[in-house]
Amino acid sequence: MTRAGLTRAAWFPALLGLCLAAALTFLTLPVVAIFVNSSPGQLIDSLGEPGALDALWLSLRTTAASIAIILLVGTPAAYLLATRSFRGKAVAVTLIELPLVLPPAVAGIALLAAVGPSGILGGTIEALGIELSLTTASVVVALTFVASPFYVRQAMAAFTAVDRTLLEASRTLGVSEALGFLRVMIPVALPGLAAGTALALGRALGEFGATLMFAGSFRGITQTVPLAIYDRFSTDFDSALALSAVLVAVSAAILLSVKLVRGGEALGSAPR
Amino acid sequence: MVLLGTCAVGCGSDDPHRLVVSAASSMTVTLEACAPKFGDAENADVKLSFAGSDELAAQIRQGAKVDAYAAANTKLPDELYADGLLTKPVEFATNEFVLAVPEDSDIQSVADLTKEGTVLVVGSESVPIGAYTRETLAKLPPAQEKAILANVRSNEPDVKGIVGKLTQGAADAGFVYVTDVNAASGDLKAIHLPKELEPQVAYAAGVVKKAEQPDLGGKFVDGLTQGDCADALGDAGFGPAP
Repeated sequence: MTRAGLTRAAWFPALLGLCLAAALTFLTLPVVAIFVNSSPGQLIDSLGEPGALDALWLSLRTTAASIAIILLVGTPAAYLLATRSFRGKAVAVTLIELPLVLPPAVAGIALLAAVGPSGILGGTIEALGIELSLTTASVVVALTFVASPFYVRQAMAAFTAVDRTLLEASRTLGVSEALGFLRVMIPVALPGLAAGTALALGRALGEFGATLMFAGSFRGITQTVPLAIYDRFSTDFDSALALSAVLVAVSAAILLSVKLVRGGEALGSAPR
Repeated sequence: MVLLGTCAVGCGSDDPHRLVVSAASSMTVTLEACAPKFGDAENADVKLSFAGSDELAAQIRQGAKVDAYAAANTKLPDELYADGLLTKPVEFATNEFVLAVPEDSDIQSVADLTKEGTVLVVGSESVPIGAYTRETLAKLPPAQEKAILANVRSNEPDVKGIVGKLTQGAADAGFVYVTDVNAASGDLKAIHLPKELEPQVAYAAGVVKKAEQPDLGGKFVDGLTQGDCADALGDAGFGPAP
């Protein structure tokens, strides 16, 4: 605080405090309301309903599958972007980040136009014998599309922040780049990679619009938890609340684990 | 807050009144065409909100600021009326429940839907189109009903979802209203159901009890049976009220 600020009336700090209080109330109240409106007993009862369990199980399976794909393809891709410079790199990074800011409805339409049955690759996919319409696989595609940028961005930042001399040292010891990537880069960047995984996990679990438009809604096949919440909104508000409460709990757990992982590392740099 | 403030000062008789109408998805094209005419005639700024009738009813139950509600059935408005949330519903139109298939489809009747591998997309149980679908299928021999239900691959939250899946080639067939097929600009064709299967599809509307513009809402509901909107409904393929 400046000398002038100390002598003047304390209106500015008061304004800051007021804004923080408003932000906290606005952001917390709806989440708290979910739990106020559903007693723990109700919550458990609603979850005992078979449709709710199917939705939870499907959400877990599809999210796990999409995270596996994101890790397998995204990690090497992020490593490449973080360790090499090439023409068009900035464009590549921007394109990868684009789904981050796309509205879910646009993601749904875009996926239909690209890999839907009448999409530009629809015929090819059908010829390959892959069923990508209204199937669980189509849910995984939608989740992967919307969630992967969260991981790749974070992974790039994590790899960029690794001390390059570590890799060079392993190189001078005769270790191949592939082995260096596996044995040196990944372990050192692990906290950042874990944080990216958690962010992607949260986004995938919450995906709604693209899934509904691209994959449809069928219990146990394509109806993930957010779709089940929407389906229950008009008929069974209590059950919708209970499923929402579960998502809040899972999301909070994810956020908390990110904070814990982040707490133990020094990776604060923003992705380039 | 700001809006209310300006209104308190400057809402003269010349400023249009804001009328919020919640209407079933199946009336989207029709009402969007006729509502501006109603607005001009009544000096109103008509805001239309389209979704599944059940969702709109749920929004009204949750206290949404809506003046008039037009549903794709009579059950939902009747329930709101019974709970004191809506004025006595008026039936204003009928629609025909049909089987919709892509223009080039080989499917010719409901019986063809039993074929394994047929991808059928229907409305979710809570939305009128889904309720009509289940009501209709229940009239079939149990084995046939079971085989058809086994081909359902998505329960969509409203008619738009069904039509979208059909026009995008994601589904082979779906149950919708004939007006949706008319609105799909030639991409789909309607297969009419035998009379004994066809459900009675009557649309009903009412004024929301907590409406900010009850008079205007009442006029809009009246306009659905007589006037520009009634004509537009007729042009779109809706039948007259039963």
